[in-house]
Amino acid sequence: MSEVQNIKVTIDNITIEVPQGTSILEAARKIGGDVTPPAMCYYSKLEGSGGKCRTCLVEVSKGSEKDPRPMPKLVASCRTGVMDGMEVKNITSPRVIEARKGVVEMLLINHPLDCPVCDQAGECHLQDLSYEHGTEGTRYEFDRRTFEKEDIGEYISLHMTRCILCYRCVYVADQLTENREHGILERGDHAEISTLLGKNLNNEFIGNVIDVCPVGALTDKTFRFKNRVWFTKPVDAHRDCNNPKCCGKARLWMRGDEVYRVTARKDQWGEVEGWICNECRFHKKSASDWVIEGPTKVDRHSVISQGHYVNTVPQPKIIDKVIGKEPRLLLNIHDVSDVNKPNVHLSEIPGPAHSDDFEKKDDKKLNN
Amino acid sequence: MEKLTNRSVAVDRSPMTFGEKIYLPAIFKGLTITIGHIFKKKATVQYPEQKRPFSPVFRGLHVLNRDEEGRERCTACGLCALACPAEAITMEAAERKPEEKDLYREEKYAAKYEINMLRCIFCGYCEEACPKDAIYLSETLMPTHYSRKTMVYKKEDLLIPHPKKQAGQ
Repeated sequence: MSEVQNIKVTIDNITIEVPQGTSILEAARKIGGDVTPPAMCYYSKLEGSGGKCRTCLVEVSKGSEKDPRPMPKLVASCRTGVMDGMEVKNITSPRVIEARKGVVEMLLINHPLDCPVCDQAGECHLQDLSYEHGTEGTRYEFDRRTFEKEDIGEYISLHMTRCILCYRCVYVADQLTENREHGILERGDHAEISTLLGKNLNNEFIGNVIDVCPVGALTDKTFRFKNRVWFTKPVDAHRDCNNPKCCGKARLWMRGDEVYRVTARKDQWGEVEGWICNECRFHKKSASDWVIEGPTKVDRHSVISQGHYVNTVPQPKIIDKVIGKEPRLLLNIHDVSDVNKPNVHLSEIPGPAHSDDFEKKDDKKLNN
Repeated sequence: MEKLTNRSVAVDRSPMTFGEKIYLPAIFKGLTITIGHIFKKKATVQYPEQKRPFSPVFRGLHVLNRDEEGRERCTACGLCALACPAEAITMEAAERKPEEKDLYREEKYAAKYEINMLRCIFCGYCEEACPKDAIYLSETLMPTHYSRKTMVYKKEDLLIPHPKKQAGQ
């Protein structure tokens, strides 16, 4: 009976028909490409998310067909519904570009510049955002906000200094688990993600907060410091998970045959395609646990595609025909190199590697 | 055919005169040039006793830097390995223990760091990529080796000496 009426909306001079009740951001995502505003807090799979980070601000130059007056201020596109005949300006509006620069600067005021140490580097949305929409410098001269480090369990490491308070992890705990154990404490500049009285996060779906976190505030402790994301190769795999809520489809980040990290599969907007359980994420770190479907298609401009050679054609071996024998291998690098030793399995260590996980004979000589 | 430049000269193929046939003037002309070079400034230097100054942009052997307190600056971020066009650099990171605070500058450090000098092309991209000022290409010539096995430089081959411990000795 109540068929949803399609209405017309024009974003950056591209007109698209969307059902009533769609947000401007969702309509822009249907068009895709540069027209789509970036989003740090909005997550289409999480109810109630959005409206906090202000990176998706757009200019509405014509309210609707009935009321063509423009909206006086820039609006958050993730929380504003489209109207029939609405005209929206995103990258064609200098006001939006200027405002977005300011928003990025505000987000980076308290964000530490520890990308060389952070495990999220390479797949961090804040890195991409500041690279694409931000300015080079900051005008902030004061000390950044710091927090005491808090241990929230054996699987997830929390770096509150890196948090941008997007609330995504709170919504994940609310909507995926029965009782939420962490949340935002305090207000304003003192607001922080924390579990009251040092509780551990141990729900079977709490690992998904790692995937939804747009920055490196919540990272995988079983992957901590083990490798940079761009040196591991993403592979799509699935397994039969006993948990009915777990989709069982995951992405393995591998080096050789070792599975360094398991994450959910993410779409082009950086959102997960299906939630996975902690069992799949933290305990199935062996290639034999999974049915491997094939390498993940990675955008060519992403840092993750570095060193991953696709469509390479193996060259025919002709040297043995010329000299009548196989060429002698003059140096096998694995005889000499200390990196990736066959007796050291970094992926099987539960937490980050320490000095005693490697052979340290030479270092002792060096430091004494 | 039209000439491309006006510098080409037609070869004189007329028969040699008597003066040219005895060759002596040509020999003396050649000898004056040879002897004249003895008194000119030499183009070569007596290496290794004499050394030429390096150009300010010279890129030689890599060193891994320490900070003023002697802690290793490298945090194993992997940007040098990412920038390396020859894929010569590999590393493995580890977390610093509380008692290792005076060894490493940040909570993460390079437990293993290797440069394969057989692959390195001394382009200096690693130095440019480093966000921690940890790797530098020094003004030292890359030494030659007798074996390929010694060409993979480990972290202990690359690190500069400890500033304080060296002064104490």
